[in-house]
Amino acid sequence: MPALQPVTDNKILCYHCGEPCPNEKINIEDKKFCCEGCKMVYSILNEHSLCDYYSLNENPGINQRITVRKDKFSFLDDEKIQAQLISFKDDTQIHITFYLPQMHCSSCLYLLENLHRVNPGVVSSKVNFARKEVDIVLLTKHTSLRKVAETLTSIGYEPYISLNDLKEKRPAIDKSMVYQLGVAGFCFGNVMLLSFPEYLGIDASEVGLRAIFRWLNLFLAIPVLLYSSMPFYESSWKSLKHKFLNIDAPIALAIIITFVRSAIEVISGTGGGYFDSMTGIVFFMLIGRIIQDKTYRQLSFERDYTSYFPIAISVLREGKEVPTTLPEIKTGDTLLIHNEELIPADGILTKGKAFIDYSFVTGESIPVLKEMGELVYAGGKQTEGNIEILVVKEVTQSYLTKLWNRDEFKEQGEKSVSFVHLLSRYFTYIVFTIAAITAVYWQINEPARLWPAITSIFIIACPCALLLSNTFTNGNILRILGKNRFYLRSAQTIEDIAKITHVVFDKTGTLTSASQQNINYEGEELTKQELNQVAALASHSSHPLSRALAKHFGYGKGEDVTQFQENTGRGVQGMSNDGNILKLGSAEFVTGQQFYAGGTNVYFSLNDKVKGRFIFSNQYRENVEPLLHSLKAHYKISVLSGDNDAERENLRKLVGDKSELLFNQKPEDKLQYIKDLQLRGETVMMIGDGLNDAGALKQSNVGVAISEQTNNFTPSSDAIIEAKQLPRLTRFIRLCIANRKIIIASFVLSIVYNIIGLYFAVQGTLSPVIAAILMPSSSLSILLLTFGSSSLLAKNMKM
Amino acid sequence: MSVILILLIASISVAGIFLFAFLWGTKTGQFEDDISPASRILFDDKPAQPKPNNK
Repeated sequence: MPALQPVTDNKILCYHCGEPCPNEKINIEDKKFCCEGCKMVYSILNEHSLCDYYSLNENPGINQRITVRKDKFSFLDDEKIQAQLISFKDDTQIHITFYLPQMHCSSCLYLLENLHRVNPGVVSSKVNFARKEVDIVLLTKHTSLRKVAETLTSIGYEPYISLNDLKEKRPAIDKSMVYQLGVAGFCFGNVMLLSFPEYLGIDASEVGLRAIFRWLNLFLAIPVLLYSSMPFYESSWKSLKHKFLNIDAPIALAIIITFVRSAIEVISGTGGGYFDSMTGIVFFMLIGRIIQDKTYRQLSFERDYTSYFPIAISVLREGKEVPTTLPEIKTGDTLLIHNEELIPADGILTKGKAFIDYSFVTGESIPVLKEMGELVYAGGKQTEGNIEILVVKEVTQSYLTKLWNRDEFKEQGEKSVSFVHLLSRYFTYIVFTIAAITAVYWQINEPARLWPAITSIFIIACPCALLLSNTFTNGNILRILGKNRFYLRSAQTIEDIAKITHVVFDKTGTLTSASQQNINYEGEELTKQELNQVAALASHSSHPLSRALAKHFGYGKGEDVTQFQENTGRGVQGMSNDGNILKLGSAEFVTGQQFYAGGTNVYFSLNDKVKGRFIFSNQYRENVEPLLHSLKAHYKISVLSGDNDAERENLRKLVGDKSELLFNQKPEDKLQYIKDLQLRGETVMMIGDGLNDAGALKQSNVGVAISEQTNNFTPSSDAIIEAKQLPRLTRFIRLCIANRKIIIASFVLSIVYNIIGLYFAVQGTLSPVIAAILMPSSSLSILLLTFGSSSLLAKNMKM
Repeated sequence: MSVILILLIASISVAGIFLFAFLWGTKTGQFEDDISPASRILFDDKPAQPKPNNK
């Protein structure tokens, strides 16, 4: 593989991760790296001749600037923790599945499946790309769980092990409906084939053959009755127990009646029965169910704080670091929080300077400085150096986690009921009425035709067409929305979205972007060269503000600094190529005085002469304005913000006079606000991103979590939208509203078929041929109508 | 008539084989990850899978 390194803007990109290198000093032969971490990974791969990694994709690596501390995985030596993570263990082997969120390309796949070359103790490693998981089998004689985790970390794939893994194992994906579908398909296909002679008319001389066909049909229908139809029986039994008639109850009844009547016909030799209709309808309904219930495996809508929190943390006991699982942390323990670790419990800072990134919590990515003695809240991530905190509240009692442990969330709230069930209930009443009238009529006139007539009414008039149109439309709309990166938890969410009256936005991280900041400069004007020097200085540091500055000013083309020094939590300094001392950092660090000028500022000085400051402010996402404008026309809008009201004027311009703007909102306030709206009879859609919105997201009728990347972590919600797609939210809502119309339209169509069928049924003359024509033609036309109209609509909306 | 019976048995058993293949494929998770097998086949040397000594 020719080692051509791409050069853009005269800047050399790292051979490993593709980020610009601050200088050319870190290299191996002709390959340049942005940091020692990337170089390290390359040398490990080189040593084990795994450099195909770099030829499969260009710069496939992940930036290694932030190094993982050495004993991070020491908790994996703990037998008790091990037991909760591994899937299988015997004297020689351990089987474990690691979640590796960094996995993104075929290079990753290649490297991870060749793990045994890096760590010979690994017997096999198999990647599941869709789930970003790797199943590893390791020999306990040659390696340990901890060593494998460290091997993975050393090549840039740090396993993500969260508190959530301590809880019960995830249930395996339920495949039973797929099996049921397979069986139904098999039986349906064969029954249809065997029914043809019946319909086409068979020679009188071949009567024996006809009997064989009928009996075969009967046997083929038994698995459909007893196995494939199970979902319908289960669901209707559940609903009847709750004294609620759902759509599955009449369907289950129809399946059983059809089978019993057909079986009687076959056994008594009077006819062929309706086995093809019965197996066919079960087959189609199962397809609909599966399409509708298709879930996004890579997403999780059920995340609570446990998926964010680490599994174990170092507790200082008599001067020693002891890895302890979070549930075992008690009030009064001293925790050692390493760089880049999450604070798991509320505590008082007792040692070190905390520089905490609360972006998980608030969506605000600029870290906050905390001094000794100050209270730090759980959920923040320490960004520079190690700190020690004294726990004042246990993990489950912390400010943030308490939101989840509220009693009202424990009991499942009243689930909204789909209108389809109500519709099917009316439908069922009507069918029963028709059946009763027919029964009375035939009882008086010709009692022999009573049972054939009544059973055919139930066969023809089951609301399966309604169920089909519902599941297929929902499934198609979920698919279209998913293609547009708007992922819904379930089909019910479509209906919930259609009903909303009020939209509540979180500001930070939702209306504004968490990754982008506006940087303004204030002070003595800087020359182009000086700006490049600032960028070069900043690019040496891994601090978020430095990274933002470096990126904003193009990583300092051609400039470099020497004698680089970083003062944790305060600032950086270095000497430029032309011998000037540059300083960037807090007011105290650069100017020597401590003052607070409001907002987030980075001061800059040249040879100890203060030049000015860079002011960081949040930037609104692109196209937020048209979105708010179009939403305003149909819905009431509120904006809740955890920040101060510095942005009030700007926001007011965006949302208009009628909307409510609330600032300094704590998580409980947001939750309470949603509750108040609901008490006033509003149906609320909440759009938020951080953990601080989690309570409100859960309380709202539709909680939408916003995510910069789909594989990022989002708090539990009903829907996940990719940040870039936010401006199209209005269109998504409109599609959800159209969903209901499409279902009703196809339902009307199915009623037409039903009336035709009932015309024959009440007379007791429903022949299997008519049933066999009506069933597939109604099903097919409903499929075409639902799929066609929803797809066409989506196309019209440019989705 | 007997020819039809033979055909009948043949057709149902062929369909049965396909049903079995489908159920087996689903059970062993062959429809779960549709990305990695496609790239895996393109790697020059397949990852060697040394068998554990005592299994």
